[in-house]
Amino acid sequence: MDWLGQYNYYVVFFLMMTGFYVVVARGNLVKKIVGLNIFQSSVFLLYISMAKVEHGTAPIVLADGTVYSNPLPHVLILTAIVVGVATTALGLALVVRIKEAYGTVEEDEIHDQDEPA
Amino acid sequence: MATALAVVRLRSLFAVVMLAGIYSLVTAGIFLTLDAVDVAFTEAAVGAGIATMLMLGTLALTGHKQTPPRHSPVLPLMVVTITGVVLLWGTHDMPRFGDPDAPIHRHVAPRYIEESPTEIGLPNMVTSVLASYRGFDTLGEVVVVFTAGVGVLSLLGFRRRRPPRQDSESSKEESDG
Repeated sequence: MDWLGQYNYYVVFFLMMTGFYVVVARGNLVKKIVGLNIFQSSVFLLYISMAKVEHGTAPIVLADGTVYSNPLPHVLILTAIVVGVATTALGLALVVRIKEAYGTVEEDEIHDQDEPA
Repeated sequence: MATALAVVRLRSLFAVVMLAGIYSLVTAGIFLTLDAVDVAFTEAAVGAGIATMLMLGTLALTGHKQTPPRHSPVLPLMVVTITGVVLLWGTHDMPRFGDPDAPIHRHVAPRYIEESPTEIGLPNMVTSVLASYRGFDTLGEVVVVFTAGVGVLSLLGFRRRRPPRQDSESSKEESDG
């Protein structure tokens, strides 16, 4: 029953594909960015769940002989979260700019406006 | 997971943004149970707090109604399903969840766990790796955030047509950087 022990990957992939679907199938640009965020946090979850050790504890020094979870993925993801918010802010700024230029944030309507030109 | 599904279905963008905030908070809780206390802290503050605020600000500028999608969802669903199956296929030789003998825990991690408290003198290993061993990387992260702030300001900051709205946008960016 080895495949049951990998359930963390199944949860992560479900979330990842949900975010991917939102990005691909929905036309509203704000919603696309929400989907992108879901995708992103599923990757965070992938790394953090890999770092978990059975019966381990948070990587802060306690008595000798304590089992710690792996601190290195935590550091990576800490950086990634902050960078992720920076990219989200940039994307939302682009959305606001598109709204000013086109008067809409729906992908289809933007295409319609570009067609006759 | 239910929250994420609701995000797909709902068309009121205000509700979607609120659910995204809840989703972020739930993720922070999961990180906590997975022993990543620092990450949970950051996710709760930055993901659930600042990102939700930014999105609400954008909604105030762009309106919160989504028009129904015009295309059929079959093709995106197919693409997504195929990608998901390929990813699942890739897991079959991955280590099991929580396995202490997984390769990720055997190579460099013990070195940091054993040496960093004495080398750096901090009990929290995440902090000592972030600020000391990988200090340059964290500096690079600050540069990225700064660049994003500059980008946002150059996209929005020079718009003089709508002064009151533009002010609220730039004040949000300062809280981000």
